[in-house]
Amino acid sequence: MLTRTYSGQFENLASISEFVAQAAEDAGFDRAGIYAVKLAVDEACTNIIEHAYGGEGSGEIQCTCNIARDELSITLRDWGEAFVPDSVPEPDFDVPLEELRFRGAGLFFMRKVMDEVHFDFQTGDGNVLVMVKRK
Amino acid sequence: MDVVTTQYKRSDLVKALGRIDSNTAPELEKVFNAIIEGGKSGIVFDMSEVDFISSRGVWVLLETQKACKRKKGKLVLINLSEYMKQSLDLAGVKHFIEIFDDVTAAVGSF
Repeated sequence: MLTRTYSGQFENLASISEFVAQAAEDAGFDRAGIYAVKLAVDEACTNIIEHAYGGEGSGEIQCTCNIARDELSITLRDWGEAFVPDSVPEPDFDVPLEELRFRGAGLFFMRKVMDEVHFDFQTGDGNVLVMVKRK
Repeated sequence: MDVVTTQYKRSDLVKALGRIDSNTAPELEKVFNAIIEGGKSGIVFDMSEVDFISSRGVWVLLETQKACKRKKGKLVLINLSEYMKQSLDLAGVKHFIEIFDDVTAAVGSF
């Protein structure tokens, strides 16, 4: 199990991406699987910075990668505002171009590319997001 | 992310290199906006050297397409890897933006 902590700034997204990509590679995922993990983590960290912390430089993101036999589990912890995931609307892409609205796209992408996405806002030590990708 | 722009008669070719995420997408947005504000509305975006695009980047492409279409132009994409398509397909991008195999076909579509 590997843990790293980053300040919640968009310039750190590339480093976080490299960290989880290495874990996905070590876990034996193919390129598509590695890309999926990078995408989900990027979306999750962007949401933490924008929504939990309300902007850059307001708190930290702790990222833990745990490799099991046939899966990779990524845990992201922040100490910002909690939210109700079910209240985030799923974006509707089946509309004319001018009517496209992108709110909720990050969460939608995460759920599409990962096998499991769980939030826990009752830990007593920050908000925890666990995402699992299986081979 | 670096961006290189080449001007053609009826369109501008924009090539980005590296990651398009929440950190870099605003830079790409500025490049596209400058082209449109400069009076051109035909943009070919070369993704051959883009190794990652998040939903924030996809949103820049869709917003740019909206702006181009309002001026009777369009944004088209070229050189997409299978991995880029993962991000783009999630948002149904192919329904909103034409994708060509190479520069010649894309530039010729204007």
